[in-house]
Amino acid sequence: MRALKTINKTSKRNFITIGGLLLVYLAVLALKEGGITSNLINGQLVPICAYMIMAISLNLTVGILGELSLGHAGFMSVGAFGGVLVSTLMRQVTDSNLLCLLVAVIAGGVLAAIAGLLIGIPVLRLKGDYLAIVTLAFGQIIKSIVNILYIGLDSEGLHVSVINKMDLAEGGKMIISGSMGCSGVRKLSTFTFGFILLLLCLIVIFNLIQSRTGRAIMALRDNRIAAESVGINVTKYKLLVFSVSAAMAGMAGTLFAHNFSTVSPTKFDFNTSILVLVFVVLGGLGSMRGSLIAAALLTLLPELLREFSDYRMLVYAIVLILVMLGTNSPTVRDFFGKLSGRIKSIFMKKKTAKEENANG
Amino acid sequence: MKKMKKVVCFGLISAMMLSAFAGCGKKDSASEVIIIGGTGPLTGGAAVYGNAAKRGAEIAVEEINALGDIQFELKYEDDTHDAEKAVNAYNALKDWGVQISLGSVTSSPCVATSAETFADRIFALTPSASATDVTADKDNMFQMCFSDPNQGSASAQYISDKKLGTKVAIIYKNDDVYSTGIYDTFMNKAKELGIDVVSTTTFTTDSQTDFSVQLNDAKNAGADLVFLPMYYEAAALILAQAKSMSYAPKFFGVDGMDGILTLEGFDTSLAEGVMLLTPFSADASDEKTVNFVKKYNEKFGETPNQFAADAYDCVYAIYQACKNGKVTASMSAEDICDIMIAQFTTMKFDGLTGNGMTWGANGEVTKSPKGMVIENGVYVGLD
Repeated sequence: MRALKTINKTSKRNFITIGGLLLVYLAVLALKEGGITSNLINGQLVPICAYMIMAISLNLTVGILGELSLGHAGFMSVGAFGGVLVSTLMRQVTDSNLLCLLVAVIAGGVLAAIAGLLIGIPVLRLKGDYLAIVTLAFGQIIKSIVNILYIGLDSEGLHVSVINKMDLAEGGKMIISGSMGCSGVRKLSTFTFGFILLLLCLIVIFNLIQSRTGRAIMALRDNRIAAESVGINVTKYKLLVFSVSAAMAGMAGTLFAHNFSTVSPTKFDFNTSILVLVFVVLGGLGSMRGSLIAAALLTLLPELLREFSDYRMLVYAIVLILVMLGTNSPTVRDFFGKLSGRIKSIFMKKKTAKEENANG
Repeated sequence: MKKMKKVVCFGLISAMMLSAFAGCGKKDSASEVIIIGGTGPLTGGAAVYGNAAKRGAEIAVEEINALGDIQFELKYEDDTHDAEKAVNAYNALKDWGVQISLGSVTSSPCVATSAETFADRIFALTPSASATDVTADKDNMFQMCFSDPNQGSASAQYISDKKLGTKVAIIYKNDDVYSTGIYDTFMNKAKELGIDVVSTTTFTTDSQTDFSVQLNDAKNAGADLVFLPMYYEAAALILAQAKSMSYAPKFFGVDGMDGILTLEGFDTSLAEGVMLLTPFSADASDEKTVNFVKKYNEKFGETPNQFAADAYDCVYAIYQACKNGKVTASMSAEDICDIMIAQFTTMKFDGLTGNGMTWGANGEVTKSPKGMVIENGVYVGLD
């Protein structure tokens, strides 16, 4: 307890977030292994991990760097298709599922980071609304490119075309076939793998924010001119954030793609980017814990509302509006404030009683 | 204060999780009802297909249950034409205790769910998911509709055999599995048959509001037949725009064009003379079709399209296989799966969408397509 007191408040919050996440993971794993959770929940565990990584990585750009990005699904797409390509190639070399997925995730992250660097360059000249439009356009470009991309593998090696399907030698297979995307992807992703990836991303983000670099990034967000005047390199830090955020989105994309036997380019459209942005805004800009909760909640919600059948999406939208209003309303906040005060006072009383006992 | 908010959030999540667990109670397996489930887009842009399939299957289940022999229970879950949501919908059905699956209505979701049914050893028969990847490498996945390659090459064959056009233009949707699938095989067959394709243009989901560029290209190339391998919403716009620029070639569609006449606010006179290849026509005079169309009309107030007929046939084909294979409700999904595979690869089935249908071991159906032309707002057989 004393050791906890000596570290600063942010670190404590971060430890609580990571610890909470671990507890939730262990609880869900136990329930899953015990056969208590439904198939519906089990099927969603990996997508939730992927969406959580998407949310915290976008939060890095939007909440910490303070630049609105509307093309985050584009990076996910790069990671998804790049990852599937690499894991199919890896299959030629090794039979280990874990190794295939691991290399695919790293490759997906690297490819997306390169894409992030590319988008970072024009982004340096823009800010605010203009930047948002450029990222939006970027997402569309990625979607369009994957739409015309044909990659096939046969005994003669890899064939790439941007026009149509190629004729492959006997035993050849299309890996990415344009608008049809990838099909016949092996299901390699597991909940544990997704969770470890999520935990790693979270730790990297926490450490980044707490470091000298993180303080420089937040200084840029709060006042660019002031930050520049004390010698902070705008170009360097913006590029850094964009590529780190893109790399994480790419890894999430690889994880996501390997959970379904098919993945199509239209999945990673504008709507998905907005969905991730909704996670971030609902969870609170800059709050990683909020992003995690919002991502899990909003991914599960439409599925748990299946009982409403036709009115499902209507109920979902209403819940979304209510939560947005609720978390921003002073009355509701007051109510929770009082509630927390009361609970705290109960704990305090117990504590003081204990201490008195110990003294007495 | 802020912390408390998060605590409450956690509380809400756990409450929701609990409600999800509560919902996982399996159906009473002692009851003598075989449980059938399918996923389809019941909401969103492709909702018309999902709903049609669901309604067609409902009618078939009602009829079969009235016979008093084998009893079915049917449930459809919404997948909004999205692979991720389709897997969720399928998992919800599994929680409900599904024994025989109707797959998914549309192609790309069905590729995702067929991998799941294959892994779970649940027999699946899709009414309308036509992509080849749906059935590829899966022994327990069957199709009621033509696969995309069949449609593409059958269309080219038909156009060539009946000499419908000398110069052909194609407009297709290049971000859609269904549309590009048909386009690819049509082009291969067209090359083989020597059909003169003078113009090939594309559009995407984002650009399907204006077709003047594509139509002008076809017009300038002098095409007298325009092939439209796409769903009917886009086709309806193309027909309207072609009329407004007074370009009147023959239009030829595939089964996705079916449904154009029931599209809300669509002037059916625009579709006059449009030809399409579909295995089902609502105005056929055989007893089965008349009966089905009448029931569908009474119940839902509209004329059934091919998707409804396919789903109706699916349920009857499953019924026939269950009856011949002596399937009972107390069997496990895995046992039923083995019996159904044996039945489907050997049986002959007569339905609304064709007589004497057979299935190969690869899950693809063999039946003959019918050419239809729209005259005075109804389909008339071309032959």
